[in-house]
Amino acid sequence: MALLYLPRFQGAALAVWRRNTLVWRKLMLPSILINFGEPFLYLLGLGYGLGLFIGEMMHMPYLTFLASGILASSSMNTASFEAMFSVYTRMIPQKTYEAILATPLEVQDILAGEMLWCATKCVISGGAILAVAALLGGVHTWHALWVPPVLFLTGLCFSGMGLIMSALAPGYDFFNYYVTLVLTPMFILSGVFYPVTSLPAALQSLVQLLPLAHAVDLIRPLVAGLPLSNVPLHLAVLAGYGIAGYLIAVRLTRRRLLV
Amino acid sequence: MPAVVEIKGLIKRYDSREVVRGIDLNVPAGRCFGLLGPNGAGKTTTLRLLLGQSPVNGGEIRVFGLPIPQAGRAVRARTGIVPQADNLDPDFTVAENLRVYGRYFGIPATTLDARIRELLAFVDLTDRADARIATLSGGMKRRLTIARSLINDPELVVLDEPTTGLDPQVRHMIWGRLRDLRQSGKTLLLTTHYMEEAERLCDELIIMDQGRILEQGTPAALIRKHAEPEVIEVRGEERLARQALAAAGEGRFEAVGDTYYYYTRDARAVVKQLEGMPGLTFLHRPANLEDVFLKLTGRELRD
Repeated sequence: MALLYLPRFQGAALAVWRRNTLVWRKLMLPSILINFGEPFLYLLGLGYGLGLFIGEMMHMPYLTFLASGILASSSMNTASFEAMFSVYTRMIPQKTYEAILATPLEVQDILAGEMLWCATKCVISGGAILAVAALLGGVHTWHALWVPPVLFLTGLCFSGMGLIMSALAPGYDFFNYYVTLVLTPMFILSGVFYPVTSLPAALQSLVQLLPLAHAVDLIRPLVAGLPLSNVPLHLAVLAGYGIAGYLIAVRLTRRRLLV
Repeated sequence: MPAVVEIKGLIKRYDSREVVRGIDLNVPAGRCFGLLGPNGAGKTTTLRLLLGQSPVNGGEIRVFGLPIPQAGRAVRARTGIVPQADNLDPDFTVAENLRVYGRYFGIPATTLDARIRELLAFVDLTDRADARIATLSGGMKRRLTIARSLINDPELVVLDEPTTGLDPQVRHMIWGRLRDLRQSGKTLLLTTHYMEEAERLCDELIIMDQGRILEQGTPAALIRKHAEPEVIEVRGEERLARQALAAAGEGRFEAVGDTYYYYTRDARAVVKQLEGMPGLTFLHRPANLEDVFLKLTGRELRD
């Protein structure tokens, strides 16, 4: 048995990515509408509304603070939900993977393609948020153009973990555990709405283990036009979770499908 | 003729249950080879194993001379697979299903367009090219699945119960297409439990039960070997039937449900006798593969 299962991209993982892109294109209009509509409501309601009372947070308007947090957390959600609900649908009830496994593709190619697709979706929906934030005057620098690559990496990170859940899930209800026990606490604690430094010291070091906090730390200065710090660490944490998630998910999914 | 598929001592276990128990098998190139057996005989498992879709617990598999599972990718690139249950992509139209599937094989777009046109014509779905999968009938889905399995112009086509659940029109159409494929030089490996299908299509077949191979040969040879040439099926009152058949002398007698089977070398005398018994209905026919199958695998129900 092989120790590591590595994907092929040409004619393999990319073919899976193209499959998902084609499905997305069919429903492009409503999904773009949602991509723009949701952050618009959030940023207008919370960023402007709440921002009036808060004023500045960490030397930037609250709208900017919140927009950069939402960029990161929406990538977490987009990638996680795609890697759980959509991937599970293709893997189990729809038997799409069964059909694909009758071609030269292997499980590792399919999952690599899924992760690339999840990350792409994060760039699409994150791009919409960034545009809305810019429109509302929350983006202060051209450095914000570095945000999409960070969203792509964030997407890879969370899709890797989501794929593990899909490989383990006996049904859709299973994902509630992960959402409630992992994603929601991370959303609340990772500095999306308020600075992590306002948490108790013990909790702060715990938060440093959460990938979302690192995504926020990368994105926020890029949106606000402030200097970045600890870039290699943040990148390494996001990539580390993504790679580990991928390798574990490949193993688990092979065990589930190749029986 | 070189063998396209060579299997030696193949073993597969699920937990402690052995579902494939030491199978040896050679599928020669350019032939239609049938795997027959009741449900649970290990046919589908054997197919999955030989395509590298399931880990092997013992024995050796070579397809196109390449070892499985190591060369799974290369083997599947040259193989077409029709699964037992359709798994077409419901998010796409008929033509898109073929296009997306072709990309998994890395087929260039221009080649793919031409092949899609050919294959849609081959399975008579040209006018449904833009239909969604949900709007297709069972027979259309099956035909599309067969077209999909040919997208890579495979040398070997593996079909798991290709015509189960289809009406006679579609079944005959598919049989015709499978004969076309064989004519064009492809090797076919199919499972079925329709004896008529096996008899019409297969040059050679094996009969499996409980993970083992019971018998192998051409349909005609198997019938010659295992069944008397003539069969009489009798329905009606048991006492009368027994009486009529007992008078016939040599021959094999079997009661299944409300039907009495009589296997013999020469049925003339019995036929004459039965014609004079209005209380019984009977059918006089040549022995077929089903007689062999039931003789070898028994008549009790399987799940």
